[in-house]
Amino acid sequence: MSRGSDAGDLVRRLLGGERRALSRAISEVENESATGLEALRLLYPHTGRAQSIGITGSAGAGKSTLTAVLAKAFRAEGRTVAVIAVDPSSPFSHGALLGDRIRMQDLTNDPGTFIRSMATRGSAGGLAATAADVAAVFDAAGRDIVIIETVGAGQDEVKIASVAQTTLVLNTPGMGDDIQAIKAGIIEIADVLVVNKADLPGADAVEAQLQALLSLAPAGDWQIPVVKVSATKSNGIQELLDAIATHRAHLQASKPADSARYGQARRQILAAVHAELERRLRIGELDSQLDSLAAGVAERTTDPRSAAVELLQRINGQWVKKGNASEHDVNRGTC
Amino acid sequence: MSNQPPIRVLIAKPGLDGHDRGAKVVARALRDAGMEVVYTGIRQTPRMIAEAALQEDVDVIGLSILSGAHMELFPRIVSELKERGVDDVLLFAGGIIPEQDVAALKALGFSGIFRPGSSTLDIIEFVRAHVSRE
Repeated sequence: MSRGSDAGDLVRRLLGGERRALSRAISEVENESATGLEALRLLYPHTGRAQSIGITGSAGAGKSTLTAVLAKAFRAEGRTVAVIAVDPSSPFSHGALLGDRIRMQDLTNDPGTFIRSMATRGSAGGLAATAADVAAVFDAAGRDIVIIETVGAGQDEVKIASVAQTTLVLNTPGMGDDIQAIKAGIIEIADVLVVNKADLPGADAVEAQLQALLSLAPAGDWQIPVVKVSATKSNGIQELLDAIATHRAHLQASKPADSARYGQARRQILAAVHAELERRLRIGELDSQLDSLAAGVAERTTDPRSAAVELLQRINGQWVKKGNASEHDVNRGTC
Repeated sequence: MSNQPPIRVLIAKPGLDGHDRGAKVVARALRDAGMEVVYTGIRQTPRMIAEAALQEDVDVIGLSILSGAHMELFPRIVSELKERGVDDVLLFAGGIIPEQDVAALKALGFSGIFRPGSSTLDIIEFVRAHVSRE
């Protein structure tokens, strides 16, 4: 079903505004099929226009509700919106229950909003491995705003910061003392700190804790604002929009030096190397080689690191001989 | 198995009844069978269901209905889907659906009708049998 030759047609229809083609292209990219990789290659030159906003925070912090409220606000400004809503895959069945649309009901009837649910499919860091690629597809399709909502994040799910231009970290009252806030991790990736559920008791204390935390941070060129919001009551939304716009203006004004942009591009490539390796490991022959190496490690006749080196050498061998047709497709899609 | 992308399913409740225990049980069972299940919640209009199916690019749509409005709502859902070019998804339905309506719903394109007493295993097998993964 997935052949590289379909990608050109899919991309043409997508760029022509066909929503079914957009939806299909996302599936191909998410499935890392040959068609998907080729579509991504064709679409990439059309990217770079969208504004991307990441929303992260713990489970139940109100990410989906805030996403819906923000999407509506951007629509009211006449901008088109895409939402990528990520939920976890089961580590056992690999299935997933994707329930973020429940909080986004009234966006479904708006043709200017396109919501796509994604499962993490085993990827760590709070996002699906292909979330950045899907964001690029939306960007190429001409969506003005791409909102990426992570899984319910604990302390270390920080991948969103390398994908979104502006990252919102949601905090809520009643989630622990101020030591939680000075731990390393997720709190450090915020461009804007949001105190959601600000209508609940304790919101002022959370705000004060976050402000105290910020006062201890080394002064950077971006002053991280703390914005109190009640997404369900739509309070504080304008202040949040202003904070996002200010951060965007800051990014544009500071025009990252080439070295910084290249640094980000390097991280993107390294992440792609990781994804590409994982993908190749799932292809038939290597999967069974992984099994036989696993037996050796389980019996303690070899160690995991040596097994990894051996597996990489076999992958390298496949690259050289370009064996079967599907491998050939893979190479065409990526080179 | 790990080479194949997961089957994507939309579980939706059209109309006004608010009892979604059945829908959630089915959603959970399909999840545990390794599928990615998009659940949209209660009180969905035909248009909302068709839009969600389009945006999520699902292979399968399962509708749960207890209100008795299926003969009214299901044809509208099918036509909203067609309008969007979503014509290659597997349709099934469950809930309070009288025997006498089954033939009409099958003619409408619902390949599976799961009436009270159906087992979740039946539904899983039905989906697996009808969705081909090349």
